[in-house]
Amino acid sequence: MSNLETSQPLLSISHLEVKYGDLIGVADVSLEVGRGQIIALLGSNGAGKTTTLNAIAGLIPASSGQVEFAGHDITHQPAYAIVSQGLALSPEGWRLFVQQSVENNLMLGATTVADAAKKSDLLDKVYGIFPKLAERRTQQAGTMSGGERQMLAVGRALMSDPQLLLLDEPSLGLAPAIVESMYDTLIGLNKAGLTILLAEQSVELALEISNYAYVLQVGRNAMSGPSAALAKDPNVQKVYLGH
Amino acid sequence: MSMSLLQVLIGGLLLGAVYALFSSGLTLIWGMMNVVNFAHGDFVMIAMYIAFMVWKLLGGGPFMAMPIAAMLLATLGIIAYFALVRHVMKGPMLAQILGTFGLALLLRYGMFWTFGANFQSLPENLVGGTYDLWGIRIQASRLLAGTLAIILTIALHLMLTRTSLGSKMLAVAEDATAAQLMGIRPDRMQAIAWGLAAGLTGIAGALIATFFYISPTVGETLAIIAFVTVSLGGFGSITGALVAGLLIGVIESLSGYLIGAVYKDIVVYTIFIAVLWFRPQGLMGKN
Repeated sequence: MSNLETSQPLLSISHLEVKYGDLIGVADVSLEVGRGQIIALLGSNGAGKTTTLNAIAGLIPASSGQVEFAGHDITHQPAYAIVSQGLALSPEGWRLFVQQSVENNLMLGATTVADAAKKSDLLDKVYGIFPKLAERRTQQAGTMSGGERQMLAVGRALMSDPQLLLLDEPSLGLAPAIVESMYDTLIGLNKAGLTILLAEQSVELALEISNYAYVLQVGRNAMSGPSAALAKDPNVQKVYLGH
Repeated sequence: MSMSLLQVLIGGLLLGAVYALFSSGLTLIWGMMNVVNFAHGDFVMIAMYIAFMVWKLLGGGPFMAMPIAAMLLATLGIIAYFALVRHVMKGPMLAQILGTFGLALLLRYGMFWTFGANFQSLPENLVGGTYDLWGIRIQASRLLAGTLAIILTIALHLMLTRTSLGSKMLAVAEDATAAQLMGIRPDRMQAIAWGLAAGLTGIAGALIATFFYISPTVGETLAIIAFVTVSLGGFGSITGALVAGLLIGVIESLSGYLIGAVYKDIVVYTIFIAVLWFRPQGLMGKN
């Protein structure tokens, strides 16, 4: 515990603000992600979760505030430069290359990995985690089921060998059994050393697997705390868990 | 089948292959970034003048002209991308149209200014004369152009579908934002597409020049063929451009032979409109 407290967080965001023209996507969000943790980013639709993740990954520019990853300021770096530093985003709606094969999608995920031997090790590793993808390696990504697409989205993000994985709504539109097995996989990846920042609308599940959670409301921090404590918080129970 | 009909068919296929080759770049650019390059035909025209100069100054034929034209045109394509296309892409559709149309006019009138309006042509026997194969007469220049055109069009298709560079280019074509998350720079892939597309017009131009007149306005004629080929084959589809190019070549020479040379365009455009009536996305295009 003392180690976690003294060491620098892997990702830290301070007073992030993102504007879309005159509209404000995120007004003021700050959060920290420590190495080896699973952090949940919660909030209802339109709270700013996706905007926050997209700004961290460099897809949309921050109008003010700072994003620091592994000790480097990445606030104004483009997305293609950020992924090579070990931060991968599996975006909202997965955004697979549906016209290409499963294996092509995975290999595209390893674009920033220069070494061919390492690429094929990563491919073996991802096929080990998701054997279904190995069976379907030559299939066109667009012809797969929702659960398989989700596996491919996570697998593709893992192909860049990230230290930090950002996941945007991995449970959206999936059957509960599939979501559960996906969450088991995430816990396994985390135990193997992967740090995860997870945006979710299904609060109950996210609080179950995360160490710490931030709740956003209309683009601002509304609440935060250890996930176990938040799950017992009467406010959270009333607003997000429907108890 | 009579020998002369077979000869017409083969002649049509060889010409159609060349149509496919110079149309493939236009369809590639559209597929990559939804930009219609109105200067595409004028790229071919520039390449034809390069072939003319290579012959005039160095005495070289298409084998010397092709690499020179390919390199110069690829450079022109990449410059056009960085200096013009990258900027007008961010604007409304009209900015793209006027931007590449402006480039077309610049190239066309640049050539008027340099070479005058006179038609030029390469000597007829630059590639070799006319062969008689089992009773079928084929011009060597058209045989060379058609064969190389088929090979290069298929090579472009294989490059896109079988190599990692091709996979990255297709990824940018499908979703440039998601491609960035993979660590791919969309602007680089788009610049490569412009270099490739323009480089292929270089080769196509050097080949066409061996059997077609050369003038500053020839690009207009060729651009119309390319637009018909690309929309018939399906915007963005290389295999579609190949099929459509061959089809147009065959229809053109068949109708020229059966009905009369003056009517061949009418037949081509009637079939073109009929196909688009029933399949607006083109023969191999996606909905």
